[in-house]
Amino acid sequence: MATTLTLLAPLAACGSGGDGIPTINVYYAPEQNFQQVVDQCAGQAQGRYQIAYRILPRGADDQRVQMVRRLAAGDTGMDVLGLDVTWTPEFASAEWILEWTGDRRTEVETGTLAGPLESARYQGKLYAAPKNTNTQLLWYRSDIVSEPPKTWDEMIKAAEALKAQGKTYQVITMGAQYEGLVVLYNTLVASAGGMIINEAGTEAVMDAGAVQALALLQRFASAGITNPSFTNTQEDDARLQFQSGQGAFQLNYPFVYAAMAEAAPDLLKNVKWARYPAVDPNVPSKVTIGGYNMAVSRYSPHPELAFEVAACLRNAEHQLFSAVHDGVPPTIERVYDDPQMDEAYPMKNEILEELRDPAVRPRTPAYQNVSTVLSAGLSPPQDIEPEKTANKLRREIQDALESKGVLP
Amino acid sequence: MSQAAATAAASNQMRSRVGKARLSEGKRAERRLAWMLCAPAVIVLAAVAAYPMIYAIWLSLQRSDLKFPQDQKFIGLANYVTVLTNQYWWSAFGVTVLITVISVAIEMVLGMGLALVMHYTIVARGTVRTAALIPYGIVTVVAAFSWKYAWTPGGGYLAELTGGAPLTERPSAIAIIILAEVWKTTPFTALLLLSGLALVPDDLLKAASMDGATRWQKFVKVMLPVMKPAILVALLFRTLDGFRIFDNIFVLTGGANNTSSVSMIAYNNLIKGLNLGIGSTMSVLIFLTIAIIAFVFVKLFGTAAPGSDTGRR
Repeated sequence: MATTLTLLAPLAACGSGGDGIPTINVYYAPEQNFQQVVDQCAGQAQGRYQIAYRILPRGADDQRVQMVRRLAAGDTGMDVLGLDVTWTPEFASAEWILEWTGDRRTEVETGTLAGPLESARYQGKLYAAPKNTNTQLLWYRSDIVSEPPKTWDEMIKAAEALKAQGKTYQVITMGAQYEGLVVLYNTLVASAGGMIINEAGTEAVMDAGAVQALALLQRFASAGITNPSFTNTQEDDARLQFQSGQGAFQLNYPFVYAAMAEAAPDLLKNVKWARYPAVDPNVPSKVTIGGYNMAVSRYSPHPELAFEVAACLRNAEHQLFSAVHDGVPPTIERVYDDPQMDEAYPMKNEILEELRDPAVRPRTPAYQNVSTVLSAGLSPPQDIEPEKTANKLRREIQDALESKGVLP
Repeated sequence: MSQAAATAAASNQMRSRVGKARLSEGKRAERRLAWMLCAPAVIVLAAVAAYPMIYAIWLSLQRSDLKFPQDQKFIGLANYVTVLTNQYWWSAFGVTVLITVISVAIEMVLGMGLALVMHYTIVARGTVRTAALIPYGIVTVVAAFSWKYAWTPGGGYLAELTGGAPLTERPSAIAIIILAEVWKTTPFTALLLLSGLALVPDDLLKAASMDGATRWQKFVKVMLPVMKPAILVALLFRTLDGFRIFDNIFVLTGGANNTSSVSMIAYNNLIKGLNLGIGSTMSVLIFLTIAIIAFVFVKLFGTAAPGSDTGRR
């Protein structure tokens, strides 16, 4: 026993600097200018602790696997974790992240947009602080389309009409078998007023709205108005297709704006944006949000400091910095009022409008499995048979929720 | 020291004097000693092999999901029902069998050719043998990355040659996985077969020549039968190895487009999905399949032992 302790002692010391100042390890996705945010927060600590930015792999799956594997083993080397919005329930349910309580909770909840905040909650408790969010807009060519379509029905008909006239007509968006397809479907379901999984995240619903969304997705994919490689398209492919002038419409994240400004400034002159099209003409669209939340590991040797660091990394000042320099939309509403935002985000009003009334992806610890089942079941979208597909998905999602699902 | 030597000498004297009854007692002591000498190895093996295996079997009988730590419970064979009725599992099983059968078949043929080359080279024998073994000396993951880049459009020289993105379609992706597997392990097969070739007595070949056998006849009627044990060992090793294929697929496709093997899918459910129950069930099923393959081969071995062969010849 004594030997074990002497062996462990130097290991424990690794968590802190040689001079006794603890180091808070922040595990976060690669973000070009995030190191500057980290440095500023470290400066504010006035020597009480140091912060190390440990850059996670680029792929979301790889990020999750690294954190999950280490947390399952009780690794004490991780303090602050950057979680994709869909992971919060999983990490919270597995008891890997600490709840935000008291003043800290109030601080996070004050002024944060409802949608992103919802993604940081699990079973009524707050488990993370939203750092940035994201949402898709409708981008269209004003030299081809005079008035942006309000609904999917209008958009499909407009594209069909353009095609009949021999003009540029494609509607470009993400349709490959991956998370992006799930996001598209989730947006359609929420906009149709439907549900995939119940509020508590315990039961597969797949109601009438979900079936309507399946029918719409099938109609869209088989109307002959998508890009030929729609079923193999991810975010960046969609950007490239639109940027090279193939599309009249594009449904994608705001990053395409900055990319076009750099690579296709001539095209950009004719590109305008609008709120994502609705499903029901009387109900505005509800668009699925993405983004990252900051959480504190249960195995952190310095949880108090870790909470402080997490709060600092996502405070209003730093969200503004990241929005302007790294193009990630803020989660704190008043940040959008800053004049610096006008230049970087000319579309900020449309973004904010969508963020105030968003769709959140099903919140269940088994989201990873549910998403896999969904993307496999929805792909390829032109082969969807609404009722039949809905029944199959309902069964498979229920299995996934009961740990009976098998991941491919 | 000297005391020990003295006792040993004394006991020797005693043994030779007293005869058989005492001798068996000595033997028993020897056996005890043998057990004690083996014990450390047995304990280590039990700790590193038996315990995890038993633990995996135990986990496979539970709903054990790190995402739902509160819901852990014993559910009997339900996980086995889930996995064995699942299309993804059978798809992965099919892919694994396909890759194993095709790659092992190609490896055996190429390996035999390579073994013959290595065996009959007269000049620079050492260089030839070393050169042939290089692919086997390269770490699989590193080799897999080279293949991946070579087949990736926009820079990959093989992708430029053929056009398109072969790793994104199922048939071509599986073909590339087989290619990488064959390239990597043919030298290993050749090495095993080379040891078999060395067993073929020169006299036998000379006698066959005297009888007017052609080269092909010598190969089929003399060499192959004598080499049979070595061939079977190579076949068994490669089949077991092939069935567990993981690294090449992990790097080349990551299991996309239904190219997962059973090991890949077990990894996905265990590590990515955190579902210890389902993942362990898959591990146990892989273990059982491998045990069955080994059993069949060993049985085959028994019937095809060199002794019985002589009778037939």
